[in-house]
Amino acid sequence: MKICFFHLMPYRFLPADFEQRYRSVWVDVPHSLYDAQKVGDLYHEYLDELEFAEQSGFDGLCVNEHHNNAYGLMPSPNLMASALTRRTSRAAIVVLGNSLAAYNPPLRVAEEFAMLDLLSRGRLVAGFPVGTSMDTNFAYGINPATLRERYYEAHDLVIQAWTRPEMFSFNGKYTQIRYANIWPQPLQKPHPPVWIPGGGSVETWEWTAKLDYVYCYLSYFGYKRGQATMDGFWDVVARTGAEDNPNRAGFLQLVCVADTDAEAERLYAEHVHYFYQKCLHVWEGFSEAPGYRTLKTMQAGIRPQVGAEARKIRQSLDWGKYLDAGYVIAGSPQTVRQQLTECVQSLRVGHLMVLLQIGSMPKDLTLHNTALFAKEVMPHIRDLWPGYKDRWWPSGAGA
Amino acid sequence: MAERGGGMSPRVDHVALRDGALTVEVLSAGQGAPLVYFHSFHERGGWSPFLDRLAARHTVYAPFHPGVAGSTGVDALEDVLDLTLAYDELLDALGLDRAHLLDHFFGGMVAAELAAVFPRRARRLVLVSPLGLWRDDAPSADIVILPHEDLMGVLWTDPGSPIARQWATLPESEAENVAAQIESVQRRSAMARFVWPIPDKGIRKRLHRITAPTLVLWGDADRVNPLPYAEEWQRRIKGAALSVRGGGHMLIHETPDVAASAVEEFLR
Repeated sequence: MKICFFHLMPYRFLPADFEQRYRSVWVDVPHSLYDAQKVGDLYHEYLDELEFAEQSGFDGLCVNEHHNNAYGLMPSPNLMASALTRRTSRAAIVVLGNSLAAYNPPLRVAEEFAMLDLLSRGRLVAGFPVGTSMDTNFAYGINPATLRERYYEAHDLVIQAWTRPEMFSFNGKYTQIRYANIWPQPLQKPHPPVWIPGGGSVETWEWTAKLDYVYCYLSYFGYKRGQATMDGFWDVVARTGAEDNPNRAGFLQLVCVADTDAEAERLYAEHVHYFYQKCLHVWEGFSEAPGYRTLKTMQAGIRPQVGAEARKIRQSLDWGKYLDAGYVIAGSPQTVRQQLTECVQSLRVGHLMVLLQIGSMPKDLTLHNTALFAKEVMPHIRDLWPGYKDRWWPSGAGA
Repeated sequence: MAERGGGMSPRVDHVALRDGALTVEVLSAGQGAPLVYFHSFHERGGWSPFLDRLAARHTVYAPFHPGVAGSTGVDALEDVLDLTLAYDELLDALGLDRAHLLDHFFGGMVAAELAAVFPRRARRLVLVSPLGLWRDDAPSADIVILPHEDLMGVLWTDPGSPIARQWATLPESEAENVAAQIESVQRRSAMARFVWPIPDKGIRKRLHRITAPTLVLWGDADRVNPLPYAEEWQRRIKGAALSVRGGGHMLIHETPDVAASAVEEFLR
């Protein structure tokens, strides 16, 4: 079982009345709320936290891509991953990932991931999300009608660029490359392990299972709400007849550890509340461009994570409800161990990602949470899946 | 949620194009010179009191855009030019060499493209608040994404009017309600593919090709497609007339008599 430290790199300084005064944290969040000096400091603070996670024993460090977003200050996760390769030496560098359709040509992803793989000496996990509607359709203007087709085509191009022995021509519908021939090539062979972060789309389960990639559900709503999505993925795996190796799956869980349950509330409640009330405050019109979800997924009844419905649920939440609903696993090491074990076993997840810097959480508290998790929780859940081989872990990272 | 109705029961045809890769459902009714109506995002398509009135003197054809109602195959269409070619093929299949072209908003973009790419197809062209130009100083509303409750105040002069409320009412039963919402997303998805993220797809370069006498019809309180566009369309199409009437973006449904009279007068 691998345990990864995931960072969103949120802006920590949104005003107290943000969600009353502004309609969205994403897409049209105003520049006037932004202080460049503070963001410069935040980048270093957050890189320090990621480096500390490796020192504390985490197996992997996760970064991801968002645009026009005050809770994710990483339009380019590759830059952050690159900085991490120099100050870390053991942990997997898990980039979750590059929204393939947003790169023109998508060969850029093949090149940058190859560079990261070399810089990290084979520690890269290559994540290929379709990307959220806010990031792809709204912030980057990509047509929702063709987003998925672009994504699949871009994926094929990237994999070919990594695996074909010689220069080739790629005559795609969206990308035409007469001389595809990237230098350098990645270190890991045939290519870095591929993880697919998904939001619960039916097609993504099928595609991921078919190509034998890792499916990651990056939910902010915890393991109880994540059950249906992960069950959907495992059903598809079972149908394809593939081995039900837990390492095919990844899941993101928000976690807060303290000496006691009461202390957890005292330390973390305001930061968790900041995350759910401000960071996920997305205007309904931006939650999903028409055509982003396929008909099949709409009919399967999977709801978007943000937007009006999610907002109604969110606004009624307090600390007790965050915990009861499983959005956040928080409390004493004993409480967290017990619930995380339940999370990992019920979802059948071999790659657990934990979000330990949450919302407005400052550095000292994040390091406290990280150290406690590493010392008091991690050793107890590490061996939950004995006997399963992890074929999806980068060859240059510590096992 | 639609302006269905009107007294007539139009005939329904399913026209297969490109060996069945595309099917277009076409409603038709009336007698007289052929008139083809192209609908917009926020109409389910189909028949309306406005078309009822026009069918008194014309044979009105109202196709559903591919991806809407019984029209299929939108995935095979790449862009608005591709859609225009498909409609050229539809006119052939309907046996219409030339016809009056009428439309609303997204439909206006389609009709204008058709009249520009195939000038001989259009006898007369009526553009009702057409989409297709872009001005940074007066962006048209991003109505394909507006949540239902926000949409009302943008589309209608008076969101509380009976016609607006009738349009907005969703079915009560859960199954029908869900089906209506899925239909709405599918319909907007089908059209959004041709206009995302900004509806300027180069039509300004082609408008000089339009030879049909053209009327640009607008509601003075159009909050979706503001008046500066009315003047811009008139200026860009040689000899075009402009008629601004009292009403909102949904002019043709708010005041079907007034709108139909304006159209009739121009086609006469």
